Amino acid sequence: MNTQMNVNEALPLDTFSQGVKDCIPTLLGYISIGIAFGVIAITSNLSILEIFLLSVLVYAGSAQFIFCGLYLAGAPFSVIIITTFIVNLRHFLMALTVAPYLTHYSALRNIGFGTLLTDETFGVAVTKLAKEKNLGGNWMDGLNLTAYFTWVASCTLGGIVGKWLPNAESWGLDFALVAMFAALLILNLVDVGKTKLIHYLKLIAVMALIMYGLLYFLPGHLAVLISTVIVATIGVVTEK
Amino acid sequence: MTTSLSMLLLMIGCAIVTWLPRVIPFMLVRNVKLPDVILKWLSYIPICILSALVLESLFHSEDNMVTLDWLNVLAFIPTLIVAIYTKSLFKTVIVGVLTMALIRFFI
Repeated sequence: MNTQMNVNEALPLDTFSQGVKDCIPTLLGYISIGIAFGVIAITSNLSILEIFLLSVLVYAGSAQFIFCGLYLAGAPFSVIIITTFIVNLRHFLMALTVAPYLTHYSALRNIGFGTLLTDETFGVAVTKLAKEKNLGGNWMDGLNLTAYFTWVASCTLGGIVGKWLPNAESWGLDFALVAMFAALLILNLVDVGKTKLIHYLKLIAVMALIMYGLLYFLPGHLAVLISTVIVATIGVVTEK
Repeated sequence: MTTSLSMLLLMIGCAIVTWLPRVIPFMLVRNVKLPDVILKWLSYIPICILSALVLESLFHSEDNMVTLDWLNVLAFIPTLIVAIYTKSLFKTVIVGVLTMALIRFFI
């Protein structure tokens, strides 16, 4: 793999290797969820080749889990594709948040940034944005490619593990994802200043109420999408 | 180690509908300058989406009833404390997974 070593310590680092480094803390999340996915996919009658292809082509944790569930349930292909679309629609908002900082790169590189955008890389990128106010393309590539290869390898490994240990799920590994989102949320709340922090905490409380209400009649992934749109709007309106 | 043509087509279909929402915003902002109010709105997206994803896992909905998912809430408390005090992604994930493993072991 191409790791450029750019020893330019005085500048904020836009190097591939710094992107790789900043990705490392999230790898445990990718590895554990990837392995869990592989194990579940095997029990859903997918072959190891199919697990590999799905993680290469779709590259989205929750959508891949839902894919398995629907496929096993014998859902029509149209339903599987539409559900995948809705589950991953939140990436549209994430891409829209990150993209304005990367417009000075070529269209092709921007397609690359978008193609490999996930919840986790988005979380790491906005955490960097909150601290440094800018994003570098080499850094993004280092982050994105490390996450991508780790995910594909972990899913495939999970498939192999699942062939040997059918009960490898439920070791607490599924909670890695929740823990990771919680940590990324906290990292986005530090250094924002007291007034802003209080505003954010109030919005999170509102978010809890709205999520609770929406979950009565919407599946979780739609509730996430709609409550985000509502609460971000409340945020703008109530901003002082 | 096999697959079928229909499975391959299904996966490609899923790949396309996942890829488009990821890439379209990157093309959009190159050609359109977003108004300030939209940029301000977007600045709330990280906090909102991350808290929504966390909250989703703390709730449990079944038979038209939404309740707290107590197992996840129980594991979430030490996880959150570690996140606040260490501000370390890695330590938080380790503590989260270990706590969940312990809870499942004893309950």
